[in-house]
Amino acid sequence: MNEITQGLAEAGRLIFSLDRDFLEIVGLSLRVTLSAVVIGSVIGLPLGAWLVVNRFRYRRHTIAVMNALMGLPPVVVGLMVYMLLSRAGPFGVFDLLFTPTAMIIAQVIIITPLIASISHQTIRDLWAEYHDLLISLNATRRQRIVALIWDGRRALLTAMLAGFGRGIGEVGAIMIVGGNIDHSTRVLTTAISLETGKGNFAFAMGLGVVLIALAVLVNLLIHTLSRTERASIW
Amino acid sequence: MMKADTAQTSILPLVLTGALAKIRGKTIVGPIDLTIGQLGFTIVMGPNGSGKTTLLRLMHGLQRISGGTVTCNLPDKVARVRQSYVFQTPIMMRRYVVDSIAYPLRLRGVEKASARAQATDWAERVGLGHALDRPAPVLSGGEKQKLSLARALISEPDILFLDEPCANLDGRATREIETILCETQARGTRLVMATHDMGQARRLASDVVFMYGGKVHETGSASSFFDQPQTPQAAAFINGDIVE
Repeated sequence: MNEITQGLAEAGRLIFSLDRDFLEIVGLSLRVTLSAVVIGSVIGLPLGAWLVVNRFRYRRHTIAVMNALMGLPPVVVGLMVYMLLSRAGPFGVFDLLFTPTAMIIAQVIIITPLIASISHQTIRDLWAEYHDLLISLNATRRQRIVALIWDGRRALLTAMLAGFGRGIGEVGAIMIVGGNIDHSTRVLTTAISLETGKGNFAFAMGLGVVLIALAVLVNLLIHTLSRTERASIW
Repeated sequence: MMKADTAQTSILPLVLTGALAKIRGKTIVGPIDLTIGQLGFTIVMGPNGSGKTTLLRLMHGLQRISGGTVTCNLPDKVARVRQSYVFQTPIMMRRYVVDSIAYPLRLRGVEKASARAQATDWAERVGLGHALDRPAPVLSGGEKQKLSLARALISEPDILFLDEPCANLDGRATREIETILCETQARGTRLVMATHDMGQARRLASDVVFMYGGKVHETGSASSFFDQPQTPQAAAFINGDIVE
């Protein structure tokens, strides 16, 4: 209990001291996860919508696989990306291992199925409502997908925020491909893991509180900017 | 040159020959032989479940045809964009009124400013000028149906299908919709509307298609249908009796 109290105090100290190392870690955490969310959304949102408006032979199987991939074990993803990016791997020539780019790649693989799957479910409901209208207006498949994503944009925020939540709290994959290198690839989760290993529980707890506060803050910010939950907005 | 000719030529007449609509192997409508000519206001009538909506969807291409043919004066690709449909329950896009009305034009590549200007004009015509910047889903029932009409008419279709557009509206809203429909017909758009409302049918129809049991039971001019129905089912329907 004492360590939790100390952890809260440590979180306060970290935030108000504006320590450069701490800010660097927070900045990298946000950079990696937000980049992964943007890339994951660019892939996942159209993929979810595409699966709604298209009928093809193995559609159900594809959706089932996509849903299953939501539970991808991050450590396995980390291992796969590690092997692909290591010197002996097919992409070793790019020299990306132990860089923030490698961490973003790993996070994109983890969160894209999550964003695609949630957006698929959201867009499916909207498609049921819009189906006759869009067919009647002779909209092309691409126009249907654009309309569904645009009109469902506020609901689709949930998918993006779920991706952000999974990414910002992820440790297994980015530890493997990033290496938790100080001033290079250290993010909040890997720092927590390191400090816990060293027995600095209060400091680790402080970082944990900051991590949770950061996740809540980003969610609040996005909800405020997108004006969800307002009476006159759909 | 070819394009100009196509643009000036109407897609009508619309001809159904032995048209069939099946759902899960069961025939819902048909076989139907029917011609929708260039002029007039056709009212499709009949008891619940007689196939009015399916017939409209079949003609518009929303219902997959299971047998027979539905042909127009122009190729399918052209014909598809020269017709519009108003649904019984208005489908409201999650957009502002002006953007909802402009949407069909945006789909056809009309520039946003021009599409919005035309949408504003159509909103004024249907009495929605005051609601341009309101979200479409929060409109009243009558306003939603007016929006649906404006959205259907903005592309100036040759033929407009309406599936009981006044079914859930009060007398005032119904009259306003009917006024818009009469103006639309006067501008040369062919109208085909399904309705239960006998009074409305008498006010608007130039000809009537009476559906019963998934088939066209009777068809003819409005005056002959209402004054001298040819079948006992049509007579019962006009008298407000249960059709058996």
